[in-house]
Parts: sequence; structure tokens; C-alpha cells
Amino acid sequence: MSSGTLLLVIVFLPFVGSFIAAFLRQDARNGAAFLAGSIALCATVLTAFQYPEVKDGGVLRLRTDWVPALGLDFTMRMNGFTWLFAMLVVSIGFLVALYARYYMSAADPVPRFFALLLAFMGAMLGIVLSGNLIQLVFFWELTSLFSFLLIGYWHHSASAREGARMALTVTAAGGLCLLLGILLIGHIVGSYDLDRVLASGALIRSSDLYLPTLILVLLGALTKSAQFPFHFWLPHAMAAPTPVSAYLHSATMVKAGVFLLTLLWPVLSGTEAWFYIVVTAGLCTLLLGAYAAIFQQDLKGLLAYSTISHLGLITLLLGLGSPLAAVAAIFHTLNHATFKASLFMAAGIIDHESGTRDIRRLSGLLRHMPVTATLAMVAAAAMAGVPLLNGFLSKEMFFAEAAAFHVDSLLDHSLPYFAMMASAFSVAYSLRFIHGVFFGEPATDLPRTPHEPPHWMRFPIELLVLICLLVGILPALTIKPFLSAAVRSVLGPDTPYYSLAVWHGFNEPLLMSVIALVGGILMYWLLQAHLAKGIEGPPLMRRLKGQRIFERVLVAVSWRGARSVERVLGTQRLQPQLRLLVAFAVLAAVWPLYQHGFEAGHHAGTEFDPAFLLLWVVGGLSAIGAAHQAKYHRLAATVLMGGAGLVTCITFVWFSAPDLAVTQLLVEIVTTVLLLLGLRWLPKRIEISGEGLTAGFRARMRRARDLTLSIAAGAGISLIVYALLTRPLPDAVSRYFVENSYDKGGGRNVVNVILVDFRGFDTFGEIVVLAVVAITVFSLLRRFRPAQESVQAPEQQQRQDAYDRTAPERALGDTLSDYLTVPGIIMQWLFPVIGMVAIYLFLRGHDLPGGGFAAGITMSIALVLQYMAGGTRWIEARLRVLPIRWMGLGLLCAAFTGLGAWVFAHPFLTSHFRYLELPLIGKMPAATALLFDLGVFATVVGATVLILIALAHQSVRSPRAARPPLSDRKPAVVQEDA
Amino acid sequence: MMELVFSLAVGVLTSSGVWLLLRPRTFQVIIGLSLLSYAVNLFIFGMGRLRIGAAPILKSPDAAVPALYADPLPQALVLTAIVISFAMTSLFLVVLLASRGLTGTDHVDGREDPQ
Repeated sequence: MSSGTLLLVIVFLPFVGSFIAAFLRQDARNGAAFLAGSIALCATVLTAFQYPEVKDGGVLRLRTDWVPALGLDFTMRMNGFTWLFAMLVVSIGFLVALYARYYMSAADPVPRFFALLLAFMGAMLGIVLSGNLIQLVFFWELTSLFSFLLIGYWHHSASAREGARMALTVTAAGGLCLLLGILLIGHIVGSYDLDRVLASGALIRSSDLYLPTLILVLLGALTKSAQFPFHFWLPHAMAAPTPVSAYLHSATMVKAGVFLLTLLWPVLSGTEAWFYIVVTAGLCTLLLGAYAAIFQQDLKGLLAYSTISHLGLITLLLGLGSPLAAVAAIFHTLNHATFKASLFMAAGIIDHESGTRDIRRLSGLLRHMPVTATLAMVAAAAMAGVPLLNGFLSKEMFFAEAAAFHVDSLLDHSLPYFAMMASAFSVAYSLRFIHGVFFGEPATDLPRTPHEPPHWMRFPIELLVLICLLVGILPALTIKPFLSAAVRSVLGPDTPYYSLAVWHGFNEPLLMSVIALVGGILMYWLLQAHLAKGIEGPPLMRRLKGQRIFERVLVAVSWRGARSVERVLGTQRLQPQLRLLVAFAVLAAVWPLYQHGFEAGHHAGTEFDPAFLLLWVVGGLSAIGAAHQAKYHRLAATVLMGGAGLVTCITFVWFSAPDLAVTQLLVEIVTTVLLLLGLRWLPKRIEISGEGLTAGFRARMRRARDLTLSIAAGAGISLIVYALLTRPLPDAVSRYFVENSYDKGGGRNVVNVILVDFRGFDTFGEIVVLAVVAITVFSLLRRFRPAQESVQAPEQQQRQDAYDRTAPERALGDTLSDYLTVPGIIMQWLFPVIGMVAIYLFLRGHDLPGGGFAAGITMSIALVLQYMAGGTRWIEARLRVLPIRWMGLGLLCAAFTGLGAWVFAHPFLTSHFRYLELPLIGKMPAATALLFDLGVFATVVGATVLILIALAHQSVRSPRAARPPLSDRKPAVVQEDA
Repeated sequence: MMELVFSLAVGVLTSSGVWLLLRPRTFQVIIGLSLLSYAVNLFIFGMGRLRIGAAPILKSPDAAVPALYADPLPQALVLTAIVISFAMTSLFLVVLLASRGLTGTDHVDGREDPQ
């Protein structure tokens, strides 16, 4: 396997694992944890083995087609920097999986947790190893999505749901901005390929679109990395299970923002805009985060704000734009991930073993869990930047950079002071973490008696703290080669000289470190009295909550704004909507007529036949009659509508469309049956005599308006049709169908050949729609509650039953079953006849009028007639029609006929035909299209019968106890609306 | 002249359909949609122009000359449209029935017009 393919394996392995984990049993805690752990370990080993390929500046690539039509490739790319990041993702992923095994309670659906965690790991690796920017954004949004699901993992808790929603809103909105930014980059460079983009730095920086591009990309990165002013979502994300906080919200996902900034650093940085925006955002975040962290009462809240502040530090470093600062940024990203992940896990253990995370309640835990306490203290010291720990090294680099000169501005000159201040804050909150939790009097009112956790739960922390120590004491032996490979791959030839050593002599950064350390300790000592009061939130900033502003904005935009727009422009009533729609359509048609005038064509028409005129006098009157009667006389309207349909059908025959006529006639029959079945459940409307006369003025106005509108619509359509019909037919695609119907389709009925061969894919879509509608109807009717008025048997049946009761020699139901006995028997006898007609229509379809649609409807008529003749119970005792199977088999038949073409390397639904020599019958055409038509036939039979039977069955079921209609249940609502 | 009758027929069907579409009762709307679908089907069919005695069924394999036959393409389009309009009618009918049972009224808005 080539190394490029291995990259693909590394990214997709977690997704595969996630898929498997999703199907594990709910209580398979060990199985899911083992799966997740082994996949993460596997990915770690695979990634580690790539190191020799990238350590000397090599780049691994794999390119496959993704959407070739859009010029998009699926590209994997790994260099020293992304290798380091990928290692971070997979190795911490492994430790978190191990930790989570012990952290998660057996009562939770643990496999779901690991499925999401693995999917997140895959998405994160996707970001890191993408060689194409669009692909990167795709995985970027995936991480937002999985972060959302993981934060909301305990979805019964309101704060988890809220935190998840907020995180998704902020990061996904940022992701959309990023996508826009990336599209702009693609527009400038002409490619989304990362290698090409990285090579076009000068081009992008000199482009007119540089500023919008920069702002959009930064919006994406800063929201993801919780930078000011978008930092507020991160503390709320702490509602997630602690392994998630350790993994997503400190070590990996929030680093995606700074990862992207580092990745695009060679392209976007080095301008004043970059310096001011990124440095300001980073500095504000650094200071505010550190300041707020001191005053948190929740352990995880403290760590969350500290994470925000450290991310601010990294952003600030990247903003400075100097290569040395970039080195420090990469280095600090790693260091922060190690000590912060271990601190989160320690906080999780404290929470797990003592039952609370509230610093006010915790104290003196050193006595109960000495090992965990020692580990947490080392990690916290690394966070504070104490010498001999990894945090110290990167902080020294930061101080050196802060003191160095960049852009001549007040911001740059004041940086060293701000840096020291922030650092002192971080010393103070680290002290608070250690002193508040582990020292002091032993706590007495804890929910649980604290003790050491199981050894393997503590193991990840031990390992991470060991790394903190090793890197802090022996940087040159441990981290240096990896770091230098990473740095070289980002900075290329600009890589500056930097020294990783604990001791650089007495210099400026060391002095700053000492001041910060002493200042922090002093600050914590001075704040003791204030902190003892246990007030939630930092002083001065308590009222200024990003979260509250966010919510206000959301409410304003999504609720108040939307409501007022809706009030002005919207209506929930259907009639005004339709009226507007029709009116708009009429206007849109009139406008070009008004501009260009109307002119009938001069094409010689068909000769006039008075019979046709007479036919349409009947048809038109039927249509108008149906329109008039539909309100009170539904049966009459149905009959009249059928009349209009029949006239339409004759029109098809008249003008050379036998196929349409056949289909229309058959559909007319089933539609009528359908409406008749439906009318049973639709209570009568009683016409109040004289209502038309007393109708109010407004109602009459409304009718006049609708009448005008409908006459306008009809007249307009008439004009358009007339204008078209009097013009010659242009020579268009139809020629092809007629000329090739026989040679290529093997049929003489061109319409049928078009349906099952030339445009077979369309027909396939149509039958799928038909099946979907039938199933929808079926499922709607399964829980059907008829109107209260129509629950009892129809009037006629009641009278018949009453007669049965009075006549002594008759049993109940005799009259009902005797009713229409003679027609019923005829209908039963007709079954084979109609069935034969259906088969006949089907077989001749390719050459003569007929085909799958017509045959299918005929067959369903045959079946439905049996229902009508014998009653539902009678027929179902004798013949089980399984319409859903008919539909399924029909769709499969059509689909497999289409797929069959693939076997012979032709596109989907390519048909084939030849003549077969059959004994007795002679030469007979056999086209695969016939098989396809068979699928159409079966689907149509199934769908039609399913719809009709589902309705017919309503009479057999004992009606559900019809609930009182909605309007009776909630009178208050109706009144309010009125 | 047949063209004139045909276009008037489509117009009358459209008018009746649109009128019913704008009515407040659900059953009216169903009938209206059916009438409207006749109109639309005829309209599309008419795009192939009106020919008498020229059904698009090849008389012999050699006579595949387009001028001899009516345009088959609009016919193929309309054929599936007819079947789909049946599906649409049935879906609306069931929604109508369910809505009548649920709301106790056959007004399209699910409650009686306040006016």
C-alpha cells in the first residue's frame, strides 16, 4: 500500500469505526470503548509510521477525482506540520477513549458516545490532512456538527442542549464565512488545491479581494477557536461530558482555528490588516479569558476560560507575522494540548469521584487522592509557565516575541506589558485551581467520599504529564526534531534560527517570567478575600455577557424581526396565497403581451367539425357545472367533472393520441371510484336556503374578484393556446424519436417507446413518485380518524339494516349483501375478462396503443371491481392482494432492467431488443424495454390498488373513537383567532 | 377552426379550475385541481399541434417520416402526467379527509373563516 493510500485509511478508519459503534448494543460499554481505543491506537501507529516520509520536508499526497465536473479533487496531503497535528488528534484521541471508558456511566448510551467521538476524530483528521480547501471546509463543518452532537450528548439536560445549539450556531456560521472566504481564494488563485494556494501568497495579498477574503477566513477561524468576540460559546460547551471537553474543546477542535491560521499563514499574513485584526482579537482574548478564568467557580469553567486565553495567545503570536512568532505558536499549540487535556481529565476525575466541580465546595483533596493531585499540580504549573515544564518554554518564546519590534504602533509597544499581565493572570488562576481544590481543610459536605480513580483512568494523565516534564526538561531530545519538521514545512526557506533550551541566560524574557510569576502569586494572595465570598463571575465584567448579547441578537433576528415581516407580508390563510399566485401568474403573462402585442398565427388549421364544437359545449358546460356544484352537491360535481374528463378523452382520440385516450379513460374510472370512496367520509354540507342572497357585501365582492381572476386566467390561456396552435410546429427533438423508434427502440408505438426506452429514466422517476404517494396515502389512512358526523353507517345502510330487523325471516345485513346482487355477479365474472384485457394492453403496448400504465390501471380496475362486487371481507377471504409487494417488485424489476445495462457496459436503462423465433407464434419482438414496462405495470397496479383498498378498508375497521374536533376542544384558540 | 374550439375549451377548463381553486371548501379545491389538470394536459398536448388521423404509431418500419405523424413527445409527457394527477388527487383526498376528521371543518384553513 502506498503512503498516499495510507492517508486515506487514516482518515476513514475512524468513520468506519463510528459506523460500527453506532450499531452496538446500548449497554456495550466495554465493546465500544475497546473499538474506539483500538481504532485510535491503530491510527496513531499508522500516522507515526509516516514520520520518515515527512521529516525532511517531504510531502505525502493522494489525489482522486471527487466532483470532476466542478474540477474538484479529493486530495490528501501530509507534511511535517500536519503530521504533528494529526499525531495530536489521534494520540489524544486514544487517551481520551481510554479515559472515557471509565468516565462514562454504564447507564448512558455509551456506544453512541464513542460513535460520535470516532466520527469527530475522522472529521478532524479530514481537516488536518486535506489538500483541497473546499474539502477542508467540508470536514470543518463536520467537526462543528459532531461537536454539536457531543455537547448535547446528555440531551435531557437543558444546559447541554443550549450549549450545543450555541456552539453550532457560532461555529457553523463561522464555517459558512470560511467557505465564502475559501471561494474567494479559489477565485483569486484559480484553484482550491492547497499546494497551489500556498504558492500564490503574493498574488492573494495584492488582490483587490484580499481584505474581504481575509475577514471571511478570519471569521471562520476565530469563531472556531473561540476568539473574542466569539468566545462565549466555549464555556457553555462545558456541558458536554468531560472527555469531550478534554478532546474537542481544549486539545483539538478549538485548535482547528489556529491550525487554519497557521496553514494559511504563509499566504495571508504579513499585511497590516492581518496584524491589526489578528493581534487585537488575540490580545483581547488572551487578557479577557485569563481575567475571567480567575473568578470562575466551576473547575471546568476555569479551564474553559483558560483555554480561551491560551488560544488567544496562539492567535496573537500568529498575528505578529514574524517567523519566530509562528514557531512559538506551533510549539505552544502542542504544549497547551498536553497540559490542558490532562487538566480536563483531572477535573473530570475530581468531579467523578467527589460529585462536584464547584471550587467553593472542594478543598483538601490532596489527602484523598494524592497521585491525581500531584499530576494535576504539575500540569497546572505547566499552564502557569513554571520553569522545567513545557509551558515555560513556549511562554519564554512568547515573551521574547512580545518584546521584539514588529509594526510601529501603540499596540506593538504595549505588547510586553499586556503579555506580562496575562501571564500573571494565568499564574493566579493556576494557583486557584491547585490551592482551592487540593489544599486547605478537608471538605466535609461533598456528595461522595473522594478517593483515587481506577489506575487506567489516571493513566492518560500520567502519560501527558510525563510528556510535559520531558519536553520541559529535555526539549532538544524530545520535541525538537518533530517541531523543526513542522516549522520547516510551514515557513519553508524563511525558517528562522531558534533555540529550544531551558536556560538562555539572564535576559529580557526571563525577567518578564519572574515578574509574571511573582505578580501572579501576589495577585492571588490579594484576591483571597474576594474569592472567599464565592461570587459567580468576574468583577467589572459580570454584566457584560457575550452569551446574553448573542441571545438578544438571536431573538431579535429570528423571532421579532421574522414576526414583524410575517405580520406585514404573510398570511396563514390559503385563499389569499393562491389568489396572489394566480394574479401574479396572470400579470406575468400579460406583461409580455402588453409589450409585444398579440397576434394569431396563419398556419392552416384543421377543418372545422361541428361535432367537435358540440362535444365541447357539453364539456365546457360540465366543467362550469362542476365548478358551480362542488360546494353543496359533491356527487353531482364528481359526475360533471367526469363528463369533462370524458370529453377530454374524446379530444385525445380525435387528435391522434390513442394512448392518451386509453389512459385518460382508465384513470377517469379509478378517480371516480376514489372520490366516491372518499365521499363516504366527508359529511354533507347542508345548504342553508337563501344563503346566496343574504351573503354579505364582502363575500359577494370576494366572489366577483375571484370570478374576474379566473376568467382572466382562462381567457389568457385560451389566447396563448390559440396563438400557438395557429403557428407551424418547429422541427425539434420529436423528429429523432419518430425516426429511431423502430430502429433503436424496436417498437412502432412511438409514445410507448419514448416512455420505456428513450426517456425511461423519467418514467422510472414517475413510478417512484407514484409508489411514494401510494405509501403516503396508506400511512395517512392507518391512523385516520373520520369526522364525527360520518362515523356511523351511511343513511342507506341504516335503512337497509332497519328493514332487516323488522322482517323476521331476514338476518342483519342480508339486504346489504343482496343489494346489487346481479351486477355484483357480473362484476365477479368480469374479473378474468378484464385481466385478459390488461394483459392484452400490456403486450401490444410497444407496437400499438396500450402499455404498462394503461395495463396497470386496467388490472387495478379488475381488482377494485371485485371489492365493489363482493365487499371487502368477501374478497379478502378469497384473494389476498398484496399491493405493497406489487409495487416493490415492480420498482425492483424496473431498476434491475436498468442496471442490467451496466453489465454490458452501457449507461443505466439502455435497452436492447431482438426478434425471437418462437414455435407456433412466429417472429416476436423481445425488448428489454418490455421488462421495464412490466415493472411499470406492477408498480401502477400496486399503487392504484393500495390507494383504493386503503380507503375501502376504512369501512371495515371499527372506527376509532372519534375525538371531538379541534375547534370544540380548544374554544379559546378559535376565539382568539377570530 | 378546430384550433379556436380547442383553445376555448382549455380556457373554460382553466377558468372553472381556477375559480374552484380559490374557493374555501376542500372538496371544491380537489375538483378544481382535477379540472385544472385536464386543462394543463390538453395545453401540453396542444403544443404538438392538432392532427387528425395521424397517431404516432408507425405504419411500417420504413415509414419513419416525422411529417406523417402527430408529435409523440407531448403525448408521452401527458401520459405520465395523467397517472401522476391521479396520485395527486388521491393524496389530496386523503389529506382532506384527515383534515375534516381532525379539525371538524372542511375549510381549507382548517377553521371557519372569521369573516
